[in-house]
Amino acid sequence: MPSLIRLLAKRLGTSLIVLIGVSLLIFAIARVIPGDPARIALGPNATAEAIAALRDRLHLDQSFLTQYGYFLADLVRGDLGTSLYTNRPVTSDIAQFLPATLELVIIAGLMMVAFGLPLGILSARHRGTFIDHAIRMVTLLGVSAPGFVWAVILMLVFAYFLPLFPIAGRISDSFTIPPVSGFLLIDTLLAGNIRAFGNAAWHIVLPAFALALSGIGQAARLVRSNMVETYDKPYIEMAQSYGFAEKRIARRYAFRPSLIPSLTIIGLDFAAMLGNAFLVEAVFAWPGLSRYGVAVILRKDLNAIVGTVLIMSALFLIVNIVVDLLVSIINPRIRLSQRAS
Amino acid sequence: MKRTLLILTRNPLSLIGLILVALVVLSAVFADLIAPFPEHRGAVVDFVNFNKAPEWPYIFGTDLVGRDLFSRIIYAYRISLVLGIVVLAIAVPVGVAIGLIAGYVGGWTEYLLMRLTDVFLSIPPLVLAMSMMGLLEPTLTNGMIAVTVMWWPWYTRLVYNLARSEKEEGYVLAAEVIGASKLHIMFREILPNCVPSILTKMMLDFGFVILIASSLSFLGLGVQPPTPDLGSMVAEGAKYLPDSWWLTVFPGLAILIAVFGFNLIGDALREILGVDQ
Repeated sequence: MPSLIRLLAKRLGTSLIVLIGVSLLIFAIARVIPGDPARIALGPNATAEAIAALRDRLHLDQSFLTQYGYFLADLVRGDLGTSLYTNRPVTSDIAQFLPATLELVIIAGLMMVAFGLPLGILSARHRGTFIDHAIRMVTLLGVSAPGFVWAVILMLVFAYFLPLFPIAGRISDSFTIPPVSGFLLIDTLLAGNIRAFGNAAWHIVLPAFALALSGIGQAARLVRSNMVETYDKPYIEMAQSYGFAEKRIARRYAFRPSLIPSLTIIGLDFAAMLGNAFLVEAVFAWPGLSRYGVAVILRKDLNAIVGTVLIMSALFLIVNIVVDLLVSIINPRIRLSQRAS
Repeated sequence: MKRTLLILTRNPLSLIGLILVALVVLSAVFADLIAPFPEHRGAVVDFVNFNKAPEWPYIFGTDLVGRDLFSRIIYAYRISLVLGIVVLAIAVPVGVAIGLIAGYVGGWTEYLLMRLTDVFLSIPPLVLAMSMMGLLEPTLTNGMIAVTVMWWPWYTRLVYNLARSEKEEGYVLAAEVIGASKLHIMFREILPNCVPSILTKMMLDFGFVILIASSLSFLGLGVQPPTPDLGSMVAEGAKYLPDSWWLTVFPGLAILIAVFGFNLIGDALREILGVDQ
């Protein structure tokens, strides 16, 4: 489908411009703010020479644009600089911590779709009844608390009070899994260790659910409101007068057109989980980007902050592009108008 | 206005919302009268009564240095509400103005403004506020700045889309024909028609500003101790789960109640004013 490819190219181009804007913005914030990053990184006992050397290495004495130029030149070579906190390349730090976060976010995203859409459909089908009110109440509660509050509540109830799930961590210490992808749910399978896979899956349930709760609520509410609107359309009445089953009308005639406007926002919510994962990871001692991110921010570790934000934004943009493509594949109007133009 | 309020009290869900918000606002405003231990909002130490489970007179228990949690939560509400008001008071006018200009003027102005908005919208909200907060000093004022910087683009996008569809309407064309200025058309013709959407979003957002601010302080990037803050209380207490459960459960529920209340009202407003999301 050449139209899809054209759409993809256009979206990639815009995203690249936006990403350059993001890097300029975060770079500007990082450099404009008062305080000498070299002094902070080296601590209060550093000698003047050491600070001068580090300032020189970070190009801190040059103009903003020159600094940004150095940064871009490094970036093109896939180099985000060295973290002043871990003394390792920022890219390898991120590569180490990102998979755990991504795994959590992806599972939470799946939960959001798996629970959010059916709840929304159910609510819309029974609009105005007790079922509808109950679902709306519960989903609104879901969006009304930050991830860390749900994490604490779920942990208290399902790990301490009813010890159904583990309290913290990604996998029990007794398992040693050789890291391949960094995704434990994949690596355990690659190692052929079914028990380790089960253990890792068991560990991810509570943190992912805590992260997913507000997304589930958001998705259900969106689908409901879009579907309720669709239910007023004449073709629904026609389907009803034909005597089609309510279930079929809900799924085929009311849900499908409602999915398209919902999908864009669901994509945004999914991407927002990348940030919200920080909150849940902190409670469940999940070894993801959270601790690293907060640590480098508190230490004003410029390279690491810029790198982390840039990677997060790139992922955010990728998710949005994927959602846009999905929408244009599902929506015949967009698909066909692309072809026509 | 009066009619809206009347409808709000008739629907059971929005009535609950009104009651919750009233509770939160009143307790914040009259904190000095309601809090059993007003001095506990600051750096007070009472090692005789530290880490007590809920019992009279400490209905929510005490924290690790013996301060009454109930009093601290009430004072934390006060700070959260002020933060919400300040953030929205700055973010909404800025975002709305940019959205109106981009949507109505079009052309290069539109392209530049909307790409700028995209830049802000493509950093995960919490991450943007976190990095700003980390690079600035963690104070209440800087917290407000960080949250404001991440908030205005949402209003730009909302108003931009509204303005783009409104500008094709007959009343805008009529105003153009009689030679009204662009400023007049944007702010006196188009803006009034965007007000219901903006108001609804503001009501919902008031809760979400509280939620984000508490998230920042939960990560240690917000208001610093001894200032009472719901997020940092949960973070502090999470280390002592499950034995000292009250340290996290009550501040956590306090966030939930406030945000839930604003959401219930916002939801009802959306239906009454007929606003799409």
